[in-house]
Amino acid sequence: MDSEGSRNIAGVTEPEPIIGPGHTFETVTDKISSIVLRGGTTPGWVFGFLIAFSLLMLLNLVVTLLMIKGVGIWGIRVPTAWGFAIVNFVWWIGIGHAGTLISAILLLLHQKWRTSINRFAEAMTIFAVMCAGMFPLLHMGRPWLFFYLMPYPNPMWMWPQFRSPLVWDVFAVSTYFTVSLLFWFVGLIPDLATLRDRAKSKAAKIIYGMLSMGWRGSAVHWSRYETASLLLAGLATPLVVSVHTVVSFDFTIGIIPGWHTTIFPPYFVAGAIYSGFAMVLTLAIPIRKYYHLEDLVTMRHLETMAKVMLATGLIVAYGYAIEAFMAYYSGDANERYMMWNRIHGPYRGLYFMLIACNIVIPQSLWSRRVRRSIPMLFFVSLVVNTGMWLERFVIVVISLSRDFIPSSWAVYLPTKWDWATYLGTFGLFFTLFYLFIRFLPMISIVEVRSLVHETSEEKPHS
Amino acid sequence: MTQDSNPKNSIDLAAARAKLAGEGGRRFWQSLEELSDTKEYRNFLENEFPANSEKDAEGVNRRDVLKLMAASAAMAGLSACTKLPTQKIVPYVRPPEQIIPGRPLFYATSTQQGGVATGVLVESHMGRPTKIEGNPEHPGSLGSSDVFTQASILHLYDPDRSQTVMYEGRVSAWSDFVAAIGNARTRLSPKGAGLCFLTRTVTSPTLGSQMRGLLAQFPEAKWHQYEPCGQDSAREGARLAFGRPVNTVYHFDQADVIVSLDADFLSRGPGHVRYAREFSSRRDLSAGSASKVNRLYVAESMPTGTGASADHRLPLRSADIDDLARQLAAAVGVAVPPSANASAKIPATWVSAVGRDLAAHRGSSLVIAGEQQSAFVHALAHAINAALGNVGKTVVYTESIEANPVNQLESLRDLVNDLNAGRVEMLVIIDGNPVYDAPADFNFADALQRAKLRVHSGLYKDETAELCHWHAPAAHFLESWSDARAFDGTVGIVQPLIAPLYDGHTAHEVLATFTGDSGKSGHDLVRNYWQSQRPEKDKAFETLWETSLHDGLIAGTALPAISVALHADFVSLGRSQATSGDASTLEVVFRPDPSIGDGEYANNGWLQELPKPVTRITWDNAAMISPGTAQQRGLTTGDYVSLKLGDRTMHAGVYIVPGHADNCVTLHLGYGRSRAGNVGTGPGFNAYLLRNSSSPSIGHGLQIEKTGEKYYFASIQQQYTIDVEGHPAEEESQAAFSRDLVRITTLEEFRKDPAFAKREEEEKTKDLTMYPGFKYDGYAWGMSIDLNRCIGCNACVVACQSENNIAVVGKDQVMRGRVMHWIRIDTYFRGNLDNPEMYYEPLPCQQCENAPCEYVCPVAATTHSPEGLNDMTYNRCVGTRYCSNNCPYKVRRFNYFLYSDFKTPSLYGMRNPNVTVRSRGVMEKCTYCVQRINAARIRSEEENRTIRDGEIITACQSACPAEAIVFGNINDPNSRVSKLKAQTRDYSLLDDLNTRPRTTYLARVRNPNPEIRD
Repeated sequence: MDSEGSRNIAGVTEPEPIIGPGHTFETVTDKISSIVLRGGTTPGWVFGFLIAFSLLMLLNLVVTLLMIKGVGIWGIRVPTAWGFAIVNFVWWIGIGHAGTLISAILLLLHQKWRTSINRFAEAMTIFAVMCAGMFPLLHMGRPWLFFYLMPYPNPMWMWPQFRSPLVWDVFAVSTYFTVSLLFWFVGLIPDLATLRDRAKSKAAKIIYGMLSMGWRGSAVHWSRYETASLLLAGLATPLVVSVHTVVSFDFTIGIIPGWHTTIFPPYFVAGAIYSGFAMVLTLAIPIRKYYHLEDLVTMRHLETMAKVMLATGLIVAYGYAIEAFMAYYSGDANERYMMWNRIHGPYRGLYFMLIACNIVIPQSLWSRRVRRSIPMLFFVSLVVNTGMWLERFVIVVISLSRDFIPSSWAVYLPTKWDWATYLGTFGLFFTLFYLFIRFLPMISIVEVRSLVHETSEEKPHS
Repeated sequence: MTQDSNPKNSIDLAAARAKLAGEGGRRFWQSLEELSDTKEYRNFLENEFPANSEKDAEGVNRRDVLKLMAASAAMAGLSACTKLPTQKIVPYVRPPEQIIPGRPLFYATSTQQGGVATGVLVESHMGRPTKIEGNPEHPGSLGSSDVFTQASILHLYDPDRSQTVMYEGRVSAWSDFVAAIGNARTRLSPKGAGLCFLTRTVTSPTLGSQMRGLLAQFPEAKWHQYEPCGQDSAREGARLAFGRPVNTVYHFDQADVIVSLDADFLSRGPGHVRYAREFSSRRDLSAGSASKVNRLYVAESMPTGTGASADHRLPLRSADIDDLARQLAAAVGVAVPPSANASAKIPATWVSAVGRDLAAHRGSSLVIAGEQQSAFVHALAHAINAALGNVGKTVVYTESIEANPVNQLESLRDLVNDLNAGRVEMLVIIDGNPVYDAPADFNFADALQRAKLRVHSGLYKDETAELCHWHAPAAHFLESWSDARAFDGTVGIVQPLIAPLYDGHTAHEVLATFTGDSGKSGHDLVRNYWQSQRPEKDKAFETLWETSLHDGLIAGTALPAISVALHADFVSLGRSQATSGDASTLEVVFRPDPSIGDGEYANNGWLQELPKPVTRITWDNAAMISPGTAQQRGLTTGDYVSLKLGDRTMHAGVYIVPGHADNCVTLHLGYGRSRAGNVGTGPGFNAYLLRNSSSPSIGHGLQIEKTGEKYYFASIQQQYTIDVEGHPAEEESQAAFSRDLVRITTLEEFRKDPAFAKREEEEKTKDLTMYPGFKYDGYAWGMSIDLNRCIGCNACVVACQSENNIAVVGKDQVMRGRVMHWIRIDTYFRGNLDNPEMYYEPLPCQQCENAPCEYVCPVAATTHSPEGLNDMTYNRCVGTRYCSNNCPYKVRRFNYFLYSDFKTPSLYGMRNPNVTVRSRGVMEKCTYCVQRINAARIRSEEENRTIRDGEIITACQSACPAEAIVFGNINDPNSRVSKLKAQTRDYSLLDDLNTRPRTTYLARVRNPNPEIRD
């Protein structure tokens, strides 16, 4: 496609347009809403949905078993009392970060390119936080008493222990989820109204009508909508930093070598964005292809995301380096052993895989050829997703498996139920995602239309 | 077998050895695997672990769960089923005397091991015995106990116990049994020809007199005794040396130098609880302690608790100990010919140094021979003691404590001959299981079935009961009236704490059916016997009886010392008995298992799950071999091998034990039971299959062959690996071990630098905290554990389990790292593979002042008490397990499944009513026995005083025979614990973390002989 090549005028490389040429308000609305209203239930969608739904049922099975028997079905043990559940929790919640970053920070920074991807990135955030949120609940020995972690009025005047980072987690994650959901929904309202107006079936009219909350598109509506979006973006912005910071406190507050590190908050946040963008790429590339959205989600989007990944990946690499350096520089025998154990211990294979996935392979993104090659990008995004999962495994499991008293050292191995739980959350995630692309506009019609408006205004000048 | 067909499969011992040699033999290591760290081992590790094992990955199939539960009970599996049964509580209209609800009563009674009594005090709540403690008045206990004593309470409530009289497999009744015996008796010839009794060792004077009465009534009847791991060698040794089977009593507190010839005197044999106390009293290094530190030399094939406590340990094949004994005897001037096949493994310098040390301590030295050793070695030990003038000082002889001391192996042989000849009309087996534990060549099961009428009385419907016509359930000792002698002859009265739970009857009652006293109760039989024996009559006897019941023993019944003369020609008499195998063939040594004894305790979940000293394996025995032998034969831990001795074969898993003697395989007896109950049936390998009457302890010419299969052991500690590979980063691994967890020095060095255990950083970090410290106005509890006294006997572990209702999880869960013990005995090795130094470190919750567990709990389920304990509030715990992760000592235990048994009614009675039975999803850990603290507090407040020092004794402290654990108020500078903590040897674990533990350790000080450099 011509439009994807950069245009060189007077020796200055101008950014290529955010969306493909030739779009009018009408075509944009039509293209996006037709996926929901007229695209219907395609065989490909049904096939994917069924796989996702089967995995969701697997989750259902595991959770039932877990409630009946207890967390002993997992591989956790002394000394590794946290295993897959916490690894997956941190991983999923990290993935969510890209959505918030795109919708909030980039909105505030007026990065126009975000408009095509923000909707499903936000959806991804919400679904990922839902998957993440399940794990702390499921991993508890007595999950039915989860409300003990919340400050609720009770006759014993018993409060949670506010010194524990797990309590901070409860607030951080629930706030995050609430704000993300709200932001997403507010953004959806004008689009829902569009769907309401274009829907043919009675049921769709009613449902979309109720969801669009009486949106008429008046100037007052628009004005309030803009204000609400900005306010919510303002609210969500600190969350991008705070949530993963708090999650990293789960580890840094502990005294275990490999956990007790001041570098964790920034490095966790960078890691979260890193994995989040990887996940957005993993999702965007096939959807874009399947629904022929190449001119809405353009090569420029993909390339920009690759650049963000490269940048955050370098921060993560810096984190690893500092971790190793501090272990050496501290002179502390336990810290040094922690690092030694990562490199030489029973899990050393995983550590080297982590370095390969998170540091070595993503360096290929320096090359423009790689950034603009869809298969390569897709591959790198999968690699980074894997790498970020390994990072959490390395932090949680390897650190715990050999801490202070050698007599307690042991190798943690996941059981089949650990894997089933992990796969099950993929089921939940993709089931929700399939429903989302089927029933909601996956790209913000309103915002893309405004983009069309701007580009068409720009045209005469150029 | 082909020798080492695949050398890669073995642990690379050569490399490990080289590594250690290169480091001057001074580094710490935990296991052989860690040292060699082959790729195969890592694969093995990965494969070993549960996820890949064939068993269901989630670890609990229903059958297993059944086994796992505390005493073998059933658990239905549904975790939400922690609903307690609805029960009506009805108050007493007329309350029984003395019983105040909520306040336990203690009764004195006696428990027996191998017939020898140890006095105990049993805690009883509302008529239910719940906990066994040692009886401080009893010479065999002095207030302490051992693993078997502690665990015997579980047998009382074991749902697998035999519950009804059985006749030919059908349920019958005691009255039918009595009638049947009556009938059978009338059919016997008047003199009782063909009537045989088989008992275990009997020291009970009442039972002895009943037997004698019975034999007087039926002069042709026979009384046989058999104990599979009894005292035959000691008995025969005494007979050889002195002409009769006298009883030997040792005074370890008087001994400056002790030489053990394969004797594990700290953990087994008559009087071992007292001996442990006496031994460790001489390891005290308190500033005020005037006593001289003793020195222990141990020569043994298999590392035992005693060997780990030794200052010098010589790994030697059991057969070579005969040679060592001769050399030692010669060194101290006993005329004895040298051994026909001298062992090259005995360093001459060792013998001469030990000889000089012994000679320098005439009258204050002691040589003791182990039960595996021949009668001749025992006789030699007697001779050495006599030559050193120890008799009457460290060694005292008394008449035998047994009612009828016989050579039990011969006694059983006699019975088998009679059985095979068809001369036995009626065989009555009281409390024994010869079908399982008789020597294999006796073919006891076949012989038994030639008896025309077979009667069995026992706690379990075991292998023997299965082949008998009649089976009458025996009463547990806590349900019985009886009496028994202690190691020094003191008579302890056995009194019941509870009426028999089932239809159990004591041996006295069974015998009474033969003498025609079947109506008499056990109480009458015992009391009448003593009434007839004592000079006191009527009122005076009544007082004596009451006093004896109260004290648990009849005062003044210890047997007086006698003087015995050594047979001049015992050497020539003994020569024919001395056996020693060819040094090149493989020796096999049979020993009773350190946890389940000769198999008697096989159905005890607490004991099965107890990590054995040194090896730390649970739920199994193994073919234990030395690293050298493993290397030579291409074997490694986990190889499933077939063992062939003569024409008999068994299979077992191999386990490499550092410090084991080369060319020797140790097999612990007691495993591989086929009818022990839900817990005991199954685990391990039956070593009795190889045990012949010609070689009951030591066999020669064992053939070992790999089957190619693997066997997985549930080891608590040594399965863990420390990666060493000769990597450049090796230094870091060293750092891991130089964390100063165990601080050691020698006596010599200690005298020069008494503060060797102190670390500068420890003092520096103490005040480094952002938070203000806690204030303790009243009590501040603390504990001191003396590593110099600890003998690693595990008594504390079982005592804690019993006191705190700790669940048993089963082999599979142990392999998954979920053992629940609140106190564990960490074991470390230092030095070379063949003869490492071994160190024990008991590790309960350290009750940190700055506790890392407390501030991470999101729901405040673990909090700091006003007295400095880290309290656990179980019903607040939601099970995030963050506390466990953040505990640097890893002492917290989590209920991953519903481990406690809420379903078996018989177990309700056993539980300590003052300790919550934890359900699924809850964290637990050592509480410093907070229930005992609170009981003492209530008492003291009632009496308007403060708690006295020593008033609170934790369960571990109370059980500890070595008095290594001391608990008390550290706010009181005069308390015992404060004084111990003020010692220069005091240190805390991981002090650089500034956790400031309340539990601190007293560093180990060895007392090596400067003449021996090993």
